[in-house]
Amino acid sequence: MRYPRWLRLHLAALRALLVLTAVLGVAYPLAVYAVGRLPGLHDQAGGSFVELDGRTVGSALIGQSFTGPDGKPLKRYFQSRPSSGGHDPMASGASNLGPEDVVDRPGRQSLLTQVCVRSKAIGELNGVSGARPFCTPGGAGAVLAVFGPRAADGTVPRPTRVVSVNESHTPFMASYKGVRVEPARPGEDYAKGLVVPVRGDAPADPAVPPDAVTASGSGLDPDISPAYAAIQAGRVAQARGVPPAQVERLIKEQGRALGFMGEPTVNVLKLNIALDRAYPAR
Amino acid sequence: MSTTLAGILFIGSLLMALAVVYRPLGDYMYRVYTRPSHSRVERAVYRTVGADPDGEQTWGAYARSVLAFALVGILFLYGFQRLQNHLPLSLGRTPVKPDQAWNTAVSFVTNTNWQSYSGETTMGHLVQMSGLAVQNFVSAAMGMCVAVALIRGFVRKKTGHLGNFWVDLTRTCVRILLPIAFAAAIVLIAGGLVQNFGGGHVADTLTGAHQQIPGGPVASQEAIKELGTNGGGFYNANSAHPFENATAWTNWLEILLILVIPFSLCRTFGRMVGQNRQGYAILAVMGGIALVSVTLLNVFQLTHHGTVPAAAGGSMEGVEMRFGVANSATFAGATTLTSTGAVDSFHDSYTSLGGMMTLLNMMLGEVAPGGTGSGLYGMLILAVVTVFVAGLMVGRTPEYLGKKIGSREIKFAAMYFLSTPVLVLGGTAVALAVPDGRAGMLNRGAHGFSEVLYAFTSASNNNGSAFAGLTVNTVFYDTALGLCMALGRFLPIVFVLALAGSLARQGRVPESAGTLPTHRPQFAGMLAGVTVVLVALTFLPALALGPLAEGIRS
Repeated sequence: MRYPRWLRLHLAALRALLVLTAVLGVAYPLAVYAVGRLPGLHDQAGGSFVELDGRTVGSALIGQSFTGPDGKPLKRYFQSRPSSGGHDPMASGASNLGPEDVVDRPGRQSLLTQVCVRSKAIGELNGVSGARPFCTPGGAGAVLAVFGPRAADGTVPRPTRVVSVNESHTPFMASYKGVRVEPARPGEDYAKGLVVPVRGDAPADPAVPPDAVTASGSGLDPDISPAYAAIQAGRVAQARGVPPAQVERLIKEQGRALGFMGEPTVNVLKLNIALDRAYPAR
Repeated sequence: MSTTLAGILFIGSLLMALAVVYRPLGDYMYRVYTRPSHSRVERAVYRTVGADPDGEQTWGAYARSVLAFALVGILFLYGFQRLQNHLPLSLGRTPVKPDQAWNTAVSFVTNTNWQSYSGETTMGHLVQMSGLAVQNFVSAAMGMCVAVALIRGFVRKKTGHLGNFWVDLTRTCVRILLPIAFAAAIVLIAGGLVQNFGGGHVADTLTGAHQQIPGGPVASQEAIKELGTNGGGFYNANSAHPFENATAWTNWLEILLILVIPFSLCRTFGRMVGQNRQGYAILAVMGGIALVSVTLLNVFQLTHHGTVPAAAGGSMEGVEMRFGVANSATFAGATTLTSTGAVDSFHDSYTSLGGMMTLLNMMLGEVAPGGTGSGLYGMLILAVVTVFVAGLMVGRTPEYLGKKIGSREIKFAAMYFLSTPVLVLGGTAVALAVPDGRAGMLNRGAHGFSEVLYAFTSASNNNGSAFAGLTVNTVFYDTALGLCMALGRFLPIVFVLALAGSLARQGRVPESAGTLPTHRPQFAGMLAGVTVVLVALTFLPALALGPLAEGIRS
């Protein structure tokens, strides 16, 4: 029996797809798998797992949380970067919040406030200043909603009302252009006001480094910057009752690949394992 | 070494690597597409398909084969996802829901690899490696086939024949993509990518918690995902995930894989038309635009203008520490200049102007250097438009590579160029007009608009990257973006093949004193100008409402 031409064409296409699936979708990945079993590749292909005292404590490539049951950072461990998925490898991903996400909404902190909250907490934990540009001393985004007639360029030269949108208590500044700054009231919508982030006088290069206050792309970043490791060393040493110099000696900075690729990093899990080996918990 | 210098060396070393492989790979691909002999494996494939490998096809037959192969691919992949719970290695995953399965099937067949699903929780290993990854190969190959058919249209005279799709497809997969992908996959494993079939491993962490770490045949898929400018991640975090991109040097290698075929195809083009300088002219335009774009993207990201980047002290939100800001920006440039859409950092959190560059790259129509094959045919269409514009200026019938560009040819070129803007701008307008479309935005105001514009730009240009804050796993977005991907891929392909058919039927016009030379800097400059001006005229109003409104603020 002879099929019509259009059907023959599609059957040919189906046969082509099936034969290519056998080659590209079965033989190819199996061949790569077989080569990956060879010594030298075997560990990586399996997942780069690392062990301590005979138990698998994680993968050297996958970041994890070093927090207690209450979710607070454990002082005896170096802390990883923030993760939007709580370091759960089954929920990898980023926050996807934009660079001008500065106004908190009910149930969701703005990215700016998240950065400020983290900076303040990390500063307190490690005994350094948590101050940042565009952050209030209380650890919220320093953002005003300015109401009043708009000028031609969109600004508000003579405001009638000014609200500090991310603070429900005493605002970070008393007055703006001669108008008293009010705290935000829950449930009120300030969308009509002009959003004005206030820079403040914090240094542009704060003590808490950028990677410590931003969530990574994967949510599983295994690394921190050497600067973030450095500000944590004293606190870890104190928690373990050892001199800071000994903890600092364990920090293995991984330089740029070939000297110019990527950025210098410190692997947090490996560092914490080295700590536990050298100074086991009493 | 400073971050800036390291970032410059990173780009410079990529350029050197591309320059080194340009001739050998381009020449190799030239031989693949022009040698008459078939290997034994290939003969076996042709016998199974029932195709006569020496039988040539007209443009219509070629296009019908392309469309039939794509349609079968979509149906097969749809069924595969819907039935995955009955198949081995499914890891207990449930069937993918219908609208999402449609979206994903279209997405992978069209080389878009837009993902409204999250890989680690939605897809079993078999669907990933035997369904999605196979389309990573064949959809990339399909683009290269169409590009080669277009070149044949320029080369051949007084014939209706453009080659044989089944032969081009098989050779591209078996002789070009498979060997490179295999070698790359092994190197990537050495860097730390996983390749196993386990369902995951539960680690007892130092703090006494449990962490479930997934596995999978990732390295084999990652290699072809970049090489074929596909971009569909095995995991939700895509190439930011340490198991997909473990070190700074795997990041470098993945960028190289993304760029290597699109650039080297210029050499293949030059060889096929018998004038290498024509290939260099196209390469110069692609390379020039790409270099400007990547440089700007690096500058915008490193100067971290904007409230949150300034507060953080760097554009590190959504960026991995081992790559850093500069190398992530370079990856973002490569992935959006081609039709890849893999991401090693999250564009939604980029600075306003950095995010705009990724959008603009896609709006260029992905021709610098563009996807595998699709970049070259896109640029050749723009070359046709350019000789037409030049012809209008001096009042001569335009020619390109010895072929007259008459009204029939320019109509196909114009329809090719118009199809994507219609889908992007029309789709964005519809999404903003209906509540289901507006509901998906994560960010507010101008940035929310950018998310929607990005989604339709990405889908219609078959890129697949996202301002990932947008919630796209909804019936509205799955359906609408699926339609944009299908039309954005196959309408242009049909117009390209129709143009190729019309060119092949012509004889050759002998070069005369009045012929515009198309290998000189003058023409290359004009081609770059036409590319940028056409895009600016089409998309500036939309950009002004989104990233420009957000980025240019007092």
